[in-house]
Amino acid sequence: MSHGLLLSFEITILVLAIFLGFEVISKVPTLLHTPLMSGTNAIHGIVIVGAMLVAGAGHKDTLTTVIGLVAVVLASANVVGGFVVTDRMLEMFKKRERKEPDS
Amino acid sequence: MSRETTNLLYLVTIVTFVLALRFLSNPATARRGNQIGAAGMLLAIVVTFLQDSIVSYWEIAVGMVIGGAFGLVAARKVRMTAMPQMVALFNGVGGGAAALIALSEFHNIAPDPGTLQKDISASIVLSAIIGSISFAGSMIAFAKLQELIGGRPIVYPLQQATNAVLFAALLAAAIAIVAGTERQWLMWALVCGSLLFGVLFVLPIGGADMPVVISLLNAFTGLAAAATGFELENNVLIVSGMLVGASGTLLTILMGRAMNRSITNVLFGAFGQLAPSAAGATAGGATDGQVRSASAEDVAVMLAYAHKVVFVPGYGMAVAQAQHDVHTLADLLEARGVEVSYAIHPVAGRMPGHMNVLLAEANVPYPQLKEMDEANSEFGRTDVALIIGANDVVNPDARNNQGSPIYGMPILNVDQAQQVVVLKRSMNPGFAGIENPLFLNPKTVMLFGDAKESVDKLAASVKTL
Repeated sequence: MSHGLLLSFEITILVLAIFLGFEVISKVPTLLHTPLMSGTNAIHGIVIVGAMLVAGAGHKDTLTTVIGLVAVVLASANVVGGFVVTDRMLEMFKKRERKEPDS
Repeated sequence: MSRETTNLLYLVTIVTFVLALRFLSNPATARRGNQIGAAGMLLAIVVTFLQDSIVSYWEIAVGMVIGGAFGLVAARKVRMTAMPQMVALFNGVGGGAAALIALSEFHNIAPDPGTLQKDISASIVLSAIIGSISFAGSMIAFAKLQELIGGRPIVYPLQQATNAVLFAALLAAAIAIVAGTERQWLMWALVCGSLLFGVLFVLPIGGADMPVVISLLNAFTGLAAAATGFELENNVLIVSGMLVGASGTLLTILMGRAMNRSITNVLFGAFGQLAPSAAGATAGGATDGQVRSASAEDVAVMLAYAHKVVFVPGYGMAVAQAQHDVHTLADLLEARGVEVSYAIHPVAGRMPGHMNVLLAEANVPYPQLKEMDEANSEFGRTDVALIIGANDVVNPDARNNQGSPIYGMPILNVDQAQQVVVLKRSMNPGFAGIENPLFLNPKTVMLFGDAKESVDKLAASVKTL
């Protein structure tokens, strides 16, 4: 695939992702905005894929690899921390019996 | 593994992320959604490991163990009240990773100047700039929330001019790189300048505006991840990054709307600076009154014999870690037949939905948590509004005093309740430094003290009645 064609596809999915993002996020109640923020926080930990790709490519240049590895460390902290924190929060929102107040 | 297979497996990851967000629309399914997202992330990591281009596994594995262990320990140890700074921290490291990837990639491919495609170099500089700003900004936000540095806006002369000049310089460096000046030192300068900009950008923003800042920086990291996707021609990065970018942007807009302030006002207004003049306006107004303080026993009687009590929690409850005690008090009152609910302002606390999380931690059933509009329709028939460490979100000046810096912000109309009880440490103005005439209202009594201790005392007194 030519570079320009690939770029046009990339831009297409980017724009669709914007609309998809607005669409799903607007359905999240304010009650869950903190977990939402923390959950999306975990999702941008996907940069770990990029970090692995630049760190693991076996460059002759050490600096490239070292910077890449630091990126791997940071991104892993982002991924693990993000998902675990979100899970801890959401665990507290599990369904409970509501005590009926006298009315 | 072929590139086609890789991309299709990455698509599976994208689908899990969309499902994770979709499942967040309901508290009952939210946790499962998060687990699905985590599984998708794991898939993406495994698929990436199987790429032919990856030759050094061990280094990556060690890096992942180090970073993962840090993330795991921090995430497990953090108290729910410290959640905003933890989110800021994880957000920052994500942005930092995106900036480092840009540096590494540029260092790798730029030794042959002129060969870089324009769109590749453009995405490299974009992810470097946005990622660095997000990293530095999040660290400052973390430091402010952790109270390592003061929460008050830090201002100095020519602040905005300095920031504007710095931003213009960053832009010029970025354009120079894309135009073909592919020098390593310029790239390093760009990253250092962006880090500095991130610091300067968040310093003047007050602690009370942190929900907006964190959500904006969240969007930034998402955008940086998407730019990284363009740089590495990787679909999962583009889509996931942009989903987060869209989400953070939307949340930022919602926060701004909840405070009736434009985003530019939050970011460049150095909130709190207006306070002295507004305080003067209040003092000159018709709000002369006495502050009445009451004992815990008096307030306990008031609560125990009410029909309907609404709790209004704020950041003070979070700081005092009083959420469990508040729930205990609510249970005692409910056992006496008092109807108890919680009125949650959208910007109460230090991040969107902060109060909901804290009260959920204390096992408060979420149907008892009322959002602003619903709560406001109920204050008219409320006997007692009990304000636990909230201030600006119940300040009637937002409705009445045009000179107030928060004029126009939608508030909880607690002054429509029969009686108002304010739990507060002292008469000092709140985080934003704005006077609150609610405290002088004849309906209002103050119960001074640490929120947790006051609530405990109230619970003890209610028990004896």
